[in-house]
Amino acid sequence: MPEASNGNALLSVQNLQTWFEMRRWGFIRVGFVQAVDGVSFELKHGEAIAVVGESGCGKTTLARTILGLYPPTSGRITFEGREVKGSALRQYRANVGYVQQDPYGALPPFLPVQRILEEPLIIQGVRDPAERNHRVRKALEAVKMTPVDNFLSKFPHMLSGGQQQRVVLARAKILEPKLIVADEPVSMLDASVRVEILELLRELQRKSNLGVIYITHDLSTVRFFTERIMVMYGGKVVEEAPVKELLANPLHPYTRALLAAIPDPDPHNAEVQKEVPPGEPPSLLNPPPGCRFHPRCASLIAGRCDAKEPPIAEPAAPGHRTACWLYADGDA
Amino acid sequence: MRALLARAQELRRYPSAILGLAMICTLVILAVYAMATMPYREAVRLWQGGEGVWDENPRLAKPSWFNAFRKVKLPPTIVVDSAGRPETKQRIEFEEEGEADVLITLAFDYQYDVFPKELAVYLTANFEKVAPFASFIWRTPDGREFPMTSTSVRTRDSYRISQDRKLQAELGGRQPEIGLLAADPWAETPVPLKGRHELIVDGIVFEPGSDLDARLVVYGQVHGIAGTDHLRRDITVALLWGTPIALCFGLLAAVGSMSTTMVLAATGSWYGRWVDGLLQRLNELVMILPMLPILVMVGTLYSRSIWLMLGLIILLSIFGGALRIYRAMFLQTREAPYIEAARAYGAGNLRIIFLYLIPRIIPVLVPQFVSLIPTFVFLEATLSLLGLGDPTIPTWGKVLNDASQNGALFMGHYYWVLAPSLLLIFTGLGFAMLGFALDRVFNPRLREQ
Repeated sequence: MPEASNGNALLSVQNLQTWFEMRRWGFIRVGFVQAVDGVSFELKHGEAIAVVGESGCGKTTLARTILGLYPPTSGRITFEGREVKGSALRQYRANVGYVQQDPYGALPPFLPVQRILEEPLIIQGVRDPAERNHRVRKALEAVKMTPVDNFLSKFPHMLSGGQQQRVVLARAKILEPKLIVADEPVSMLDASVRVEILELLRELQRKSNLGVIYITHDLSTVRFFTERIMVMYGGKVVEEAPVKELLANPLHPYTRALLAAIPDPDPHNAEVQKEVPPGEPPSLLNPPPGCRFHPRCASLIAGRCDAKEPPIAEPAAPGHRTACWLYADGDA
Repeated sequence: MRALLARAQELRRYPSAILGLAMICTLVILAVYAMATMPYREAVRLWQGGEGVWDENPRLAKPSWFNAFRKVKLPPTIVVDSAGRPETKQRIEFEEEGEADVLITLAFDYQYDVFPKELAVYLTANFEKVAPFASFIWRTPDGREFPMTSTSVRTRDSYRISQDRKLQAELGGRQPEIGLLAADPWAETPVPLKGRHELIVDGIVFEPGSDLDARLVVYGQVHGIAGTDHLRRDITVALLWGTPIALCFGLLAAVGSMSTTMVLAATGSWYGRWVDGLLQRLNELVMILPMLPILVMVGTLYSRSIWLMLGLIILLSIFGGALRIYRAMFLQTREAPYIEAARAYGAGNLRIIFLYLIPRIIPVLVPQFVSLIPTFVFLEATLSLLGLGDPTIPTWGKVLNDASQNGALFMGHYYWVLAPSLLLIFTGLGFAMLGFALDRVFNPRLREQ
């Protein structure tokens, strides 16, 4: 939601829209699924940002659009001052790593680890096999898969879930990117391995000054390593703030609901009913007018929330922005 | 690759796989043996037949090993040649310059209860101007003599005793091979007279240095491992050489059609949109084309070359149900996260199709591939049986075609039909058993409890 991109930003996303066309019988346009609708943010070098939201809120689509897997319907993605488009895409891809949710699915099951890690190098034109081998070893060491020789010839199905995810991390890292997009990197792992992987990601980020976009639905892991957090709902960003600030002082009603939904380990609260917003996430094919959360919102202001999109406000602290009519001064 | 090998290890648990593999190995050994012992040109020359190639073979003889199961043994072919055996030849010089009497005695010991199939004498003479003259006499072990024809002898000549109508009339209408060898040619059911029969060729040469040689062939009732056909050809040649041709044809057709189908399916499902649409419509179009009639048409009107047929078969088998099934598999695979990751690190379309999509479904297709091979072997045999086989090449189907055209079953020449049929069944069974076992290994859901 920052207004203008400054020169030293690593990645700048401006008013990004990713819409999918829906057709009936192959040619009659029914409408668009507005999976990502007007997202803007900026990421500095070495900064980690978390994108949270429930399933279907568009966070994975956002990640894929940023990775260049989906063409944006409109808006701009700028990487180190250059717009990511056409011929710039190839170079951009060498600078962006991707960590997926399902570690087993993310690795081609018919290739050994060595080859899996070599693939990006081959594609990006590293011709010398000795150099490739060297870099593969370095990457495996960086993700603490040692001794490296034990793993080089293994196939993905011979590795544990945690090891698989390390290989995925090593692959994301092997081209020495400046940005890593991690789409729920630990949600399919055992709790015991999660911390390990997150610590590893954190370490890699600090060491190589990586920018990280960390996508998750699990707020408890966010605190672990990101500085900033973006909350998405219905394809839009509803709140953006530094992590501590957001957890301490959530502004948007949706953020509050989300925080309230975090499982509480206190046994006294086991029987306490939590307040959960009624209804379901909106259909992105036919989003509600105005604020997309308004049909479920407890603090609905009739005639406003359901009519016009809320403006962005920064009412509490600098850098803590939200899009909600509750904080709008005047009727912007 | 290593995963494939690991799966192959699992095959050992299936006896049918072992048996199937053993059968395929037998066929491969047979094929290698055929190619090693008989060059392709030689095989084609032998199968084309022609002058002098099969002179010493009986027509429609049964396989030799039939004798092992018979009480009354059938005679094999006996050849007695005077060339290189001076003891059979007597030369009496006449007073006149250069003229001589060459007396050739070709004797053989006949110990069978069944008459031979035919009798023939092949003659070779060398002379400059005047051809030698020869007359033939048959002498039985009990001393009876049958004078036969007299004729002048060309450089290469033959006298087919069995076809001598005059002799037949003199023997009371008996076929010469029966009449001459019988103990009593006038008996109701003649039996062969065992002992030393002799053919005496009484030749006169008219030039100095002119000479005459004779070779008596007593055609037997059995020949070789597989017998002979109506053109005296040894069926073994076709059975042997049919093996590499069948295997090669089946393998090439299976590899050709399956790999093309795979690439097309992968391309279509990866690019989607109009590429996929076009391929699908094309597939539907070709699917309704009847393969066999088209092959028959091309074979009749254009060419029967085995390579043309192979190409056509591949072309027509690319499309069909398989393309749809593979496409469905690829549509599933293309959504895999690792493909998405590959796109994210910049893999191009071709790389994704050939290195990421196709290898993923190869294990699933290995059993199908193995089972596909014999269907093409059968198809080739079918074409040959319909008379559309390559005319130059000996194949199993060609043997069947000859057999059916010459009423083999009607005439009781079962060996002629059974040998190639059994080889075809053997091939089908071998590949099918291996294929089924592979299917169980590669598609564990089919595994029995």
